[in-house]
Amino acid sequence: MAKTNKHVKQLEALQKCPTGIKGLDEITGGGLPQGRPTLVCGGTGCGKTLLTMEFLIRGATEFGEPGVYISFEEKTEELTKNFASLGFDLNALAVDKKIVLNYIHIDRSEIEETGEYDLEGLFIRIGHAIDSIGAKRVALDTVEALFSGFSNEVILRAELRRLFGFLKLKGVTAVITGEQGEKSLTRFGLEEYVADCVIFLNHKVDQQIATRRMRIVKYRGSAHGTNEYPFLIDEQGFSVMPISSIGLDHAASSERVSSGIPRLDTMLGEKGYFRGSSILVTGTAGTGKSSMAAHFIDAACRRGERCLYFAFEESRNQIIRNMRSIGIDLEQWVNKGLLEFRNSRPSLYGLEMHLVTMHKAIEAFKPTIVVVDPISNLVAAASEMEVKSMLSRLIDFLKMKGITAFCTDLTSVVSSLERTDIGISSLMDTWLLLQVIEGSGERNRGLYILKSRGMEHSNQVREYRLTDNGAILQDVYVGSGGVLTGAGRVAQEAKEKGETLERNQEIERKQRDIERRKAVIEAQIEALRTSFEAEKDDLERAIAREKLHQQVLSEESQSMARSRKADKQQPQKGKAIKTGKKVGK
Amino acid sequence: MTAGAKKKTKSENLEIGWQLRLYVAGQTPKSLTAFANLKRICEEHLEGKFSIEVVDLLVNPQLADGDQILAIPTLVRKLPEPIKKIIGDLSNTERVLVGLDIKPLA
Repeated sequence: MAKTNKHVKQLEALQKCPTGIKGLDEITGGGLPQGRPTLVCGGTGCGKTLLTMEFLIRGATEFGEPGVYISFEEKTEELTKNFASLGFDLNALAVDKKIVLNYIHIDRSEIEETGEYDLEGLFIRIGHAIDSIGAKRVALDTVEALFSGFSNEVILRAELRRLFGFLKLKGVTAVITGEQGEKSLTRFGLEEYVADCVIFLNHKVDQQIATRRMRIVKYRGSAHGTNEYPFLIDEQGFSVMPISSIGLDHAASSERVSSGIPRLDTMLGEKGYFRGSSILVTGTAGTGKSSMAAHFIDAACRRGERCLYFAFEESRNQIIRNMRSIGIDLEQWVNKGLLEFRNSRPSLYGLEMHLVTMHKAIEAFKPTIVVVDPISNLVAAASEMEVKSMLSRLIDFLKMKGITAFCTDLTSVVSSLERTDIGISSLMDTWLLLQVIEGSGERNRGLYILKSRGMEHSNQVREYRLTDNGAILQDVYVGSGGVLTGAGRVAQEAKEKGETLERNQEIERKQRDIERRKAVIEAQIEALRTSFEAEKDDLERAIAREKLHQQVLSEESQSMARSRKADKQQPQKGKAIKTGKKVGK
Repeated sequence: MTAGAKKKTKSENLEIGWQLRLYVAGQTPKSLTAFANLKRICEEHLEGKFSIEVVDLLVNPQLADGDQILAIPTLVRKLPEPIKKIIGDLSNTERVLVGLDIKPLA
């Protein structure tokens, strides 16, 4: 937003001075106010000095803006040494005239005050340092030391006001640090003078785990993030994690990736998970969550994809050994560089540190699949709310990168299985539930798909079995005897098989019966036909005999008539025609 | 100021006595007052045993680092050692004398 403002109304909008610090420029909308002083305050050891120094170093190295560092507390040699351990070579920068380190020593015991004075000497020194390299950035760390050096607070306060005016006049972007006070932001009320931008750093220890947080208290003339943003300091310096900087505008892929278990793919609409989606597997201890993750990884590595495995419970070697027992060789993928393990104890450092190390690992390894095993262990490191916030940022980050996230979550037996301890189900696209089904003296694993956004999925429970050749899913027995798994299912199946066999035999027997009856009847029919034929024969013979007899009789009568010279019989006309017609039809 | 320079003057400590340096930034009223006050005090209490050097930081800003000057005007007692600093217009003669160890605390 600030960037577009810059372009549209360049004259009116406040110019910003980019810090180059990861995340800080995002929450300030582009950096610190250009040409104005910014106050960085916080308790001891909260990272004030580092923030200011990094601001200068990045300014000098990345933005071509030389800087002056005025230290009231640490000598230049000490500073150089401290920052060398963070990988910043202050000496080289000083030689290149990119940074001037100036140590201002104040020793009350050496100074006696008599009458009126001002701090023109300090102004001259700062001004001289700025002019010597044409500095654009100035850091004063911490100007409060002046309060211990001079007793006349009236003069000091007037001079401080003048100092900030002087810095503005010089046109430098200044960062002033201040120690946190009991009731105010700074012990000496520096916020009164530096009114343009105030950044508050906080270092809170909760359950023995420290988390650093940052808040922009005010930023005159600019919108800014108002939340407390966690940040951390590591070997690469400062990084802030803005929660709000990650939005919900990631692209959604419709590509599918196999889960590595064929029948599970079938359950998930025949194809498996969506690429870039988040998958959660919950279950009680020993339900095979990690094995499911291993399958997923194995399948991905076979396709030549890169996988990153964050393990919070087991060591790398332990996972490899355990997965070998179900016939998955993860070591080959590690050797090929397709799979990388990051193992750490959740309590090793705070959640934010975890998040940032995960971010860094992901940025460095560029995987397409990330496994977090298990997320529930992170609760040990922080409160539930923090874990949820951290995971939501992690998953958003992964989604933005199009990386498929596979998380396992251990649920306790007592609580409801559908309630994850961390309550992150809403973040997940696909949620698989592994459940222990007890019965017939065994514990067997059942797998359900609780939800799977955007795809048709099976509503059936499957038995999830871990064999030497990997995990397989089998139908469970659901019938009058209830849901049966394991040996119970096998027994039931055997019983059913027996019953079926018996039924089949019965059917066969009946069919044979039919055949037999049919044969009998056919034989009877044959016999009847034979006797019928015999009778028919007799009858026909009798008929023929009768006919012959009749003929003989008629011939005899005709010859008798001839002999008596009787009339010739006339054939009847009409009758013959009728008959002819019938024939024609 | 280098250590070498200090050593050289050490042997001459007794002859020169008080080597004083007054830092100012331009001819401000405070600076003028301070110089006048200093001159008067020295002439009254350190007759002939002192030297005053005035450094104008507007002319030579780089000299401010050596003596760690913050306040103006600042009077630095280079000799005798240890180095002492008095800031302000030196209007309180008593405090100047105590600060310069010319007169012990009453």
